[in-house]
Amino acid sequence: MNTPTPSSGQRVHYLNASYGVRSWLLTIDHKRIAILYLIGVTVFFAIGGIAAALIRLELLTPAGDVFQAETYNKIFTTHGVMMVFFFMIPGIPAVLGNFLVPLMIGARDLAFPRINLLSWYLYIIGGLIALWAVVHGGLDTGWTFYTPYSTVYSNGWVVVTAVGIFIAGFSSILTGLNFLVTIHTMRAPGMTWTRMPLFCWGMYAAAIIQILGTPVVAITILLVGAERLFHLGIFDPAQGGDPVLFQHLFWFYSHPAVYIMILPAMAVISELVTAFSRKPIFGYKFIAGSSIAIAVLSFLVWGHHMFVSGQSVYAGLVFSVLSFLVAIPSAIKVFNWTATLYKGSVSYQTPLLYALGFIGLFTFGGLTGLFLACLGLDIHVHDTYFIVAHFHYIMVGGTIMAYLGGLHYWWPKISGKIYPEYWSRVSAWVIFIGFNLTFFPQFIVGYLGMPRRYHAYPEEFQVLNVMSTAGASILGIGYLIPLVYFIWSMRYGQDAADNPWGATGLEWQTSSPPPTENFEDTPVVTGRPYDYLTGRGEEAAVG
Amino acid sequence: MHFFPEEASTFARHVDSLYLFLIAVTAFFSLMIGVLVVVFAIKYRRKSADEVATEVHESGVLEIVWTVIPFGIVMIMFFWGARVFFQITRPPQNAIDVYVTAKQWMWKLQHADGHREMNELHVPIGQPVRLTMASEDVIHSFYVPAFRFKRDVVPGRFSVAWFEATKPGKYHLFCAEYCGTRHSNMIGWVYVMTPADYQAWLAGGAPGETLAASGAKRFVENACNTCHGDQPGARGPSLTGLFGRRVQLSNGQTIVADEGYIRESIVNPQAKLVAGYPAIMPTFQGLISEEGLLQLVAYIKSLSAPPPAGAAAVPAAAPSQTPPAPERKVSRP
Repeated sequence: MNTPTPSSGQRVHYLNASYGVRSWLLTIDHKRIAILYLIGVTVFFAIGGIAAALIRLELLTPAGDVFQAETYNKIFTTHGVMMVFFFMIPGIPAVLGNFLVPLMIGARDLAFPRINLLSWYLYIIGGLIALWAVVHGGLDTGWTFYTPYSTVYSNGWVVVTAVGIFIAGFSSILTGLNFLVTIHTMRAPGMTWTRMPLFCWGMYAAAIIQILGTPVVAITILLVGAERLFHLGIFDPAQGGDPVLFQHLFWFYSHPAVYIMILPAMAVISELVTAFSRKPIFGYKFIAGSSIAIAVLSFLVWGHHMFVSGQSVYAGLVFSVLSFLVAIPSAIKVFNWTATLYKGSVSYQTPLLYALGFIGLFTFGGLTGLFLACLGLDIHVHDTYFIVAHFHYIMVGGTIMAYLGGLHYWWPKISGKIYPEYWSRVSAWVIFIGFNLTFFPQFIVGYLGMPRRYHAYPEEFQVLNVMSTAGASILGIGYLIPLVYFIWSMRYGQDAADNPWGATGLEWQTSSPPPTENFEDTPVVTGRPYDYLTGRGEEAAVG
Repeated sequence: MHFFPEEASTFARHVDSLYLFLIAVTAFFSLMIGVLVVVFAIKYRRKSADEVATEVHESGVLEIVWTVIPFGIVMIMFFWGARVFFQITRPPQNAIDVYVTAKQWMWKLQHADGHREMNELHVPIGQPVRLTMASEDVIHSFYVPAFRFKRDVVPGRFSVAWFEATKPGKYHLFCAEYCGTRHSNMIGWVYVMTPADYQAWLAGGAPGETLAASGAKRFVENACNTCHGDQPGARGPSLTGLFGRRVQLSNGQTIVADEGYIRESIVNPQAKLVAGYPAIMPTFQGLISEEGLLQLVAYIKSLSAPPPAGAAAVPAAAPSQTPPAPERKVSRP
């Protein structure tokens, strides 16, 4: 590694502390690893996004005329696998969480810096293996791998993709473990649990799911591979297996997995809403507690994916009522965020625009989830575009709005630069409008009965599909704008102040970008979080 | 533009009412949050750079209120949804039977009188229709949006479901569970007819033999009658009057002999042994097609019904026709 170069009188920080590819690929600095993840998730998001564009292109017309059916099936599988396993699940925790958790609790690094780097390598190796499968002929099972299609009938690269996901799963488990141990053992003096930023509460809740849930999907995906290679008869009914057993195992993880995506997103929103209202968050304990409630309840609702699969009527009733209950902690969060704005000093800077966009999309997406928890109604809308619309509102609308909002908010800290304010506002609006145009029509076409994963569809659904494709074009442009100006700002942006937003939180007490060791002196916390009214608390305590 | 599919079954109206209620709740809360957010953001916008917000004390009462109200609302949704669900999952006694075989990528439908259809189903209004469905390969899902009705067809078991059409017309039949390359071509039409038209349809076209008669042939082809033939001292239990009866098992349990039990007893005879009989029956797993299993079940069912005119007595052995084994392909890891 090269020695630091403070020759020009420049301050030494984590970005210029050393140079060269080796200094990045062998780094154990959580901030640099966050940057590595940022590059990784951006690449996988781009691949998943291209697949989405191709899907919308095919669905512009009722006939399956752009791609052959098999190609189309591979495209939507690529979209799902890339977005779910390699963008959404690592997205906020691995990028923003990695960068911020140690800074927010006043620690020097994560508890296990080398394991943190290992996590990134596992993620990249898993992703490259899955990508290899896409390039060498693809996979046509959908990201859900339903048996016995995946284990017996599919011609795609099931085992290779499964190995990729299996490996990436360990990245997620290790990241969760790292966060959990770090939050438990490395909080700065005075940083009690109730003084901890809500961002860390959200990461903590998501980490619980990552550690407890991911092993189950890892085992399940291993069983799929084993059955395909060795004909074990676990899921294949021709050999006495049970295909619905797969669904139980798969959703036992994959339902909680959506909370791995949304809990960190909610965590970001809690930070943004307070910072841009300059006001303590309303109902701190309720927001923190609701994160844990969601993490626990999320493990008890998987059966709502099987209301029409023939599971017992009584199991259906239990899963329905539990699924409704998950709505309540989510509602509590939305109400508390809204109440935080009340009598605040609200500044419409880009991160807040994203946060308000999140509240809108998440509220609507969450409420439409009730339709699917509702037994009698789910029978009709199950496996239609209604579900596609719902989970895109929650997972994509929710997670990406929060991810981008967070990226804008902490960009000055991460890069030491200011992004262009005008273009960032434009991007927030374009994404919000494009998103609604894309997915709102899908609710209607879903209720009309259009099944998901259809390569060709009856003509009466075309108008709504054209609207959706038009929206997707706008959305695509919306995502490109930040990509361009973030990269631009790294070179041409103005230098950022240490605390450009006047926000509380230990991460704003250190310089922008922070030094490799995060803080020159260990901070001491003496007050409650988000103490915007007195201007004391963490701020006064640092040093 | 339409926002609802046709309402063509007894479920449709109930599902749509539930849907409208949920839309009302969604609209109310989305608008409420949307309006509050916009109003607060405008009213409390930052007026000067060093402005300090007004302290608002947290309120336990408010937290309880906005926990309890959503809880009450979702409980209404739950009970209402469960009521509609119960209706959809309980087939009535007087239903006519249609047997469905799903395979990549077509629907094969057999009526009790022997009429067979491919990707088309004719049903009368005002008459419950009970579907007994089997898949020859992967999971499919029988979905008729106009009926607000969907049921997965899972291989290795029978899926039983029902509907009652109310409005004559031609409605989409979709496969709703992704089933491979030509999933979106696994579609068809349901023709709902007035009873008179339906009778005319039944009368036209020679159905050949009834499903139970086809089943009776298979019963002999597979030599089932050598053990289950009602002869004195037979090695297997008699099947006459079996369907719908309670059966005493060797492990002390009793169960009702339904379609699922009969299917399991053919493909996996050791799973549930009838008390008093030895475990000697071989498995027919993979030897009888799903269609054949449905015919056998229809035959065994007919042994319990009061004998309709010209129904199935065991005919002389018919030329054996081994159904082709379902194609299974694994060409890549």
